[in-house]
Amino acid sequence: MALVTGASRGIGKGIALALAKEGAKVACLASSAGGEATAAQAGNGAIGVVCNVAEADQAQEAVSQVVERLGGLHIAVNNAGIARDQLLLRMTQQEWDEVIAVNLTGPFNIVKAAAKPMMKARWGRIINISSIVGLSGQAGQANYAASKAGLIGFTKAVAKEFGSRGITCNAIAPGFIETDMTSELPLERREHVHNSAPSGRLGTVEDIAAAAVFLAGEGASYITGQVLTVDGGLTL
Amino acid sequence: MDEATVLEKVKKVIVEEMDRKEDEITLESSFTEDFGADSLDVVQLVMGFEDAFDIEIPDEDVEQIKTVGAAVDYIKKKLEEKSA
Repeated sequence: MALVTGASRGIGKGIALALAKEGAKVACLASSAGGEATAAQAGNGAIGVVCNVAEADQAQEAVSQVVERLGGLHIAVNNAGIARDQLLLRMTQQEWDEVIAVNLTGPFNIVKAAAKPMMKARWGRIINISSIVGLSGQAGQANYAASKAGLIGFTKAVAKEFGSRGITCNAIAPGFIETDMTSELPLERREHVHNSAPSGRLGTVEDIAAAAVFLAGEGASYITGQVLTVDGGLTL
Repeated sequence: MDEATVLEKVKKVIVEEMDRKEDEITLESSFTEDFGADSLDVVQLVMGFEDAFDIEIPDEDVEQIKTVGAAVDYIKKKLEEKSA
């Protein structure tokens, strides 16, 4: 039984579909009704749940609903994220707060609720979708980079707190992945990726989903508190 | 709620949260020494008591609750305060 936030499109949708293909019953959380569409496509008993993860009550309610409808919860993928790009001097506090609320407070809310059923099961996988921007920074993304770097510290703390209960917590740091979010970035940055990544291409949601499936599996039980960079070598 | 009822409910929480058998729980049982509870178990127990009795246990009170008997006394006191 798995839960994926931000599952209506992009990387979240890709992860939800991949987990379902591996046999997991997946709850597709999204702030819109788009989670239902992903669930329908995923099949295998997947469900859609509307939830704004930045709101603690909604996150708790959504996790309770997932546990009840799926009969438990073993895997939680914190993928929901937003960007409000702006050079720091022009960035408003609202742009800062919104990004931190969804990208960092969201995972806190979800993990707080999801850890209980995982502790009961003595088995759990928490996967946080960070970003290479959280490792190396990016001009115009102070809010996003801070949230994604924060998520890495969060990942390590959670790994330590719940390690004794068979729960692992890891982060994936995607590079430049072709999604709606990155389609809004300037063409020159896309071209830069093409020219500078050893792989010579942009990443796909399937590239990230494969990493998530690996971390969610039994074989990854001895890997915790790590950041798996999936960027085609871009940050080398 | 009388003491026997409180004890019954406390035992139920311990069985549920700590995977213990009811007959190994006595008033003298220490959560950490007899049941091997670590800090995470203690938090789970406290949250279990809060839910079972609909009370709030502040962090600073947690260290008073070292044994089953201490938990029963504490919860009884809390329930009396609540109904007063």
